[in-house]
Amino acid sequence: MTPETLSQLAIAVPLIGSVFILLAGKWPNLRETVTLTTAVIMFITVVSITPAVLAGARPDVVLWEILPGLAIRLTIEPLGMLFGLVSSGLWIINSVYSIGYMRGNREAHQTRFYFFFAIALASAAGVAFSGNMLTLFIFYEILTLSTYPLVAHHGDPATMRSARTYVGILLSTSIGLLLFGMIWTWQATGTLDFKQGGILEGKVEGVMVAVLLALYMFGIGKAALMPVHRWLPAAMVAPTPVSALLHAVAVVKAGVFTVLKVVVYIFGYEFLAETSASDWLMIAAAGTLLFSSIVAMRKDNLKARLAYSTVSQLSYIVLGAALATAAGIVGGGMHLAMHAMGKITLFFCAGAIYTAAHKTEISQLNGIGRTMPITMGAFAVASLSIIGIPPLGGTWSKFHLMMGAAEADQIIYVAVFMLSSLLSAAYLIPVVTRAFLRPPDAKSMGAAATAESGIREAPLPCLIAICATAAGAFALFFYAGDIARLLEPITAN
Amino acid sequence: MIAANLPILHVIIPLIGAPLGLMFRRSPAGAWLLALIISWVTLADSLALLLIVSGGEAVSYEIGNWAAPWGIEYRVDMLAAYVIVIVSGIGAVTMLYARQSVEAEIPRDRIYLFYTMYLLTLSGLLGIATTGDTFNLFVFLEISSLSTYVMVSLGAERRALTAAFRYLVLGTVGATFYVIGVGLMYQMTGTLNMADLVDRLPEVAETRTILAAVAFLTVGIGLKLGLFPVHVWLPNAYTYAPSVVTAFLAATATKVAVYVLVRIYYTLFKGGVFETLPVDEILLALSIVAIIAMSAVAIFQTNVKRLLAYSSVAQIGYMLIGISLVTITGLTAGILHLFNHALMKGALFLALGCVFFRIRSVNVDDMAGLAKVMPWTMAAFVTGGLSLIGIPLTVGFVSKWYLILASLEKEWWLLAAAILFSSLLAVIYMWRVIEVAYFRERPAGAAAIGEAPLAMLVPMWMLVGANVYFGIDTDLTVGTARAAAELLMGG
Repeated sequence: MTPETLSQLAIAVPLIGSVFILLAGKWPNLRETVTLTTAVIMFITVVSITPAVLAGARPDVVLWEILPGLAIRLTIEPLGMLFGLVSSGLWIINSVYSIGYMRGNREAHQTRFYFFFAIALASAAGVAFSGNMLTLFIFYEILTLSTYPLVAHHGDPATMRSARTYVGILLSTSIGLLLFGMIWTWQATGTLDFKQGGILEGKVEGVMVAVLLALYMFGIGKAALMPVHRWLPAAMVAPTPVSALLHAVAVVKAGVFTVLKVVVYIFGYEFLAETSASDWLMIAAAGTLLFSSIVAMRKDNLKARLAYSTVSQLSYIVLGAALATAAGIVGGGMHLAMHAMGKITLFFCAGAIYTAAHKTEISQLNGIGRTMPITMGAFAVASLSIIGIPPLGGTWSKFHLMMGAAEADQIIYVAVFMLSSLLSAAYLIPVVTRAFLRPPDAKSMGAAATAESGIREAPLPCLIAICATAAGAFALFFYAGDIARLLEPITAN
Repeated sequence: MIAANLPILHVIIPLIGAPLGLMFRRSPAGAWLLALIISWVTLADSLALLLIVSGGEAVSYEIGNWAAPWGIEYRVDMLAAYVIVIVSGIGAVTMLYARQSVEAEIPRDRIYLFYTMYLLTLSGLLGIATTGDTFNLFVFLEISSLSTYVMVSLGAERRALTAAFRYLVLGTVGATFYVIGVGLMYQMTGTLNMADLVDRLPEVAETRTILAAVAFLTVGIGLKLGLFPVHVWLPNAYTYAPSVVTAFLAATATKVAVYVLVRIYYTLFKGGVFETLPVDEILLALSIVAIIAMSAVAIFQTNVKRLLAYSSVAQIGYMLIGISLVTITGLTAGILHLFNHALMKGALFLALGCVFFRIRSVNVDDMAGLAKVMPWTMAAFVTGGLSLIGIPLTVGFVSKWYLILASLEKEWWLLAAAILFSSLLAVIYMWRVIEVAYFRERPAGAAAIGEAPLAMLVPMWMLVGANVYFGIDTDLTVGTARAAAELLMGG
C-alpha cells in the first residue's frame, strides 16, 4: 500500500475498531481483544509509513474540499510521524494496562470507555497527519469531545464539575481564540496549508505577528500554557488509564504538537526569530514552567502532582518552539516523545498504587516500595527520565532544548531549564524516597499489610505495561539520535 | 404546460390544498396524508425552480397573463429559489414527522384544522418568497401570519392562547407598518411592482417620504423576523406552540422575513438605502446586542424549547450581521445562515418533539438520564447542538467561518470577537442540556419509556444528516449563497 493510503488507514482503523468494540460490548474478553487488535494494527500501519518519511517522502492526500480552496487534507511530515508513532505505540501498552486497571477497580461503563478511547486515538492520529490547519482543528475538536465522556466517566457531581471545566476551557479556547487566529490567517494569506518555512511571512506585520501568535498559543488550550492550564488538573478525575495515555500523551501532546506545527509551518520559526514576535511567549512559557513546578511540589495528591508536572513539562516544548532556533524545535519534538514515555509510566504507577493499595495521597505512601517494589522501581526510573538524568531518554531532549536556548543567545533560558530540572527532582524524588526509605505507616497501611509485609502488586497486565514503558524510557536514551535525525529536516529551509 | 407554470405551482398547490383539508374533519390521517403529499409536490417544484434559475437567469410569471404593473408578477431569482427550497424542504420533512406528534399534542377534533392552517402557512411563506409585487407580498404575509397564529394557539397548554394573542398583536403591528411603508413608496413612485420600483426609487430616494418608508419597512419586517428588541412575541410563541409548529416556524418563518428585508435593502434600493439612512449600522448594533444578550438569557432557561427560542433570536442576529456588513462575503454569510440555521433549529426542535412525545415535558430537569432510554433522539439533539455551537463538519461551522471572515475583511476585530464569544455562550446553554441527559440518572419512579417511534426518528435524522452533509459538502449552499450575494451586490 502507498503511504497515502496508509495515512488514511491509520485514522480509519481505530474508528472501525470502535464500532466493533460497541458490537462486542456484551463479551468483555472479546471486547478487549478487539481493542488490543485494533491498537496493534494501527501501530503497524503507522510504523509502515515511517521508512518512506525517513527517506524524505511527504505523503500527501487531499480527501475533500469543504470550502473553496480549503480541504480536508492529510500530509505526513516528520513531526507528525513522531507523534503518530508515540501515541499509537503507547496505545497498545495502555490497552494492556487498562484491562488490569478497569477490571481491578470494577469500573462501570467499560464499553463506553473503550469506545471513546478508540475514537480519541483516531483523532490523535488525525491531528498528527493533518495537512492543513483546518484538518488539524477538526481532529483537535473531535479529540476534545471524545475525551469528555472519559473524563466524566464516574458521573458524580464533583466529577461532572471537573469535566465541565475540562470541556469548557478546551472548547472555549479553541473556538474563541484558535478559530479566530485561523480565519485571520486565512484572510491574510488565502491558505491554511502547512508549508516549510511558514505562510505568514510578508502577510502579517509588526505587532500583529505577536498578537496572532498569542491567539494561536492560548487558543491551543491543550498545550496548557498558563492561565489556560486549569483543564489538565481537572481532567485527573478520570480513570487512570485516561490520565496516562490521554492526559500525559495523546491530548496534551496534540496540544504541544500543534504549537510546534504552527511555529514551524504557519509562522516559520525564522520569521518569528526575525520579528521577535515570540519573545513574550518565552517569558510566558518559562513562567508556566517554573510556577507549575512549584505548584506541583505543594500537591499531596499524586495524580494532581503529576498533572502539574505535565503542565510544566509541556511548557518545555512551548519554550523550545518560542526560542525559534533549529535546536529548540528539534529539542521540543524530542521532548514530546521523551516526556510521553516517562509520564505515562508515572501515571501507570499512580494507577497501580490505587488499584493495589487504594492510596491516592503521597503522604500515605510511606514504605510502599516494600509491598510494591516493581511499581515503585519503575516510578523511580521514570522520575529520573523526567528530571533528565542519563542514561534515560529525558536527558537528550533537555540537552537539545538548552542548546536551542544557547543558539538563540538566551542564556537566561538555559538557566531556566536547569532550575526546572532541579524543581522536578524536588517534587518527584520525595515520592521515591518516601516509598523506599521510610518505614511503613502502621495506620495508613491497614491491618493486612502490617501483619506481614508481603508483595502486593497491581494486577499482572498493569505490571507488564509499567515495565514496558519504564524500559522504553531507558531505550529512548539510545535511540535519541534516530529521533533527532527524523526531525532535522523540518528545520531545514 | 407544467414547465411554464413552475413559478406559481408551489404557491397555488398548497393554497388549493388548504380548503381540501377541511373535508377531513373525521379523519386526521387523511388530512395528514393530504398535507404530506402537497408538501412533497411543493418541494419537487421548488427544486426544479432552483435548477432552472441556478444558471443566473431569473424566471418571471405574469398571473392571469396580466402584464405588470397591472397584473401581479411572480419573479424567482437565485435568492428566491434558495429560500423557497428551504421552506418547502423543511415543510416536507416536518410533515413526514408530524402525524404521531400532532396526534399526541392536538385534540383529535382539531387536527384537520392544524393541517389546513399548515398548508395556508406554507402557501403564504412560499408566496412571499416568490412574488415580485410589494402589495402581493403583504397579502401573503398576512395569509402566513394569520394561519400561524391559529397553529400556535393549538398548543396543549392554555398559555398557548395568550402566546398566540400576543403574537397576533405584534404581528399585526408589523404587517401594518409594512403596508404603510409600501403605501409611502407607492405614493412617490406610483407602482407596487418590484422591478418598477427598482427603476423609480433612485430619483426619490432622498425624499423624506421614502426615508419614512424605509423606517416603516424595517420596523415592520423586524417585528416579523424577531429582531432584537422587538422579538418579545417569539419565545412564548415557540415555547407553547405544538412541537411540529415550533420546528416548522423556527426553521422557516423568520427566514422568510429576513429574505424580505434583503429584498427591500438590496433589490429595491440596490443597497443605496445604506447611504441615506444608517439602517445597516442600527441593525448591526442591535444584532451584536442580540447575539450576546439573547444567548446569555438562553443559559438561564429551564424549558428547553424556550432556551432554543432565545437562541433563535441570537441566531437571527448572525444573519442580520451578515446582511448589515454590506459586502459580498457578509451577504453570503447571512444568506448561508438562513439555510444552515433552518437545518440546525429544525433538527433540534424535532428532537424536542420526540422528547415531549415520550415524557410530556421539555424541562431540563425532566430530561435527566434520557440518553439511556432515548439514545437516538438525544444523539440527534447533541449533533444539532454541536452544529449550533459551530463545531467543524457541521453547517454551523461553515456559517461561522464566513461570518467571521466577513468581519475580518472589514477589519472589525471586535465584531469577530463578539461572534466567537456568543458561540461560547452557545456551548454553555447546549452543554447544560446534554450533561443532564447523559450523565444524570433517570429519577426514581420515572415511567418506563422507550425510544420515539421510527416514523419520527427517520425525518429527524434526515435533518441531522443534512446538518452534517452540508457541513462537509458546501457546494450547493455556499455556491448558491455566494451567487445570490453577487447578484444582489452587483445588480
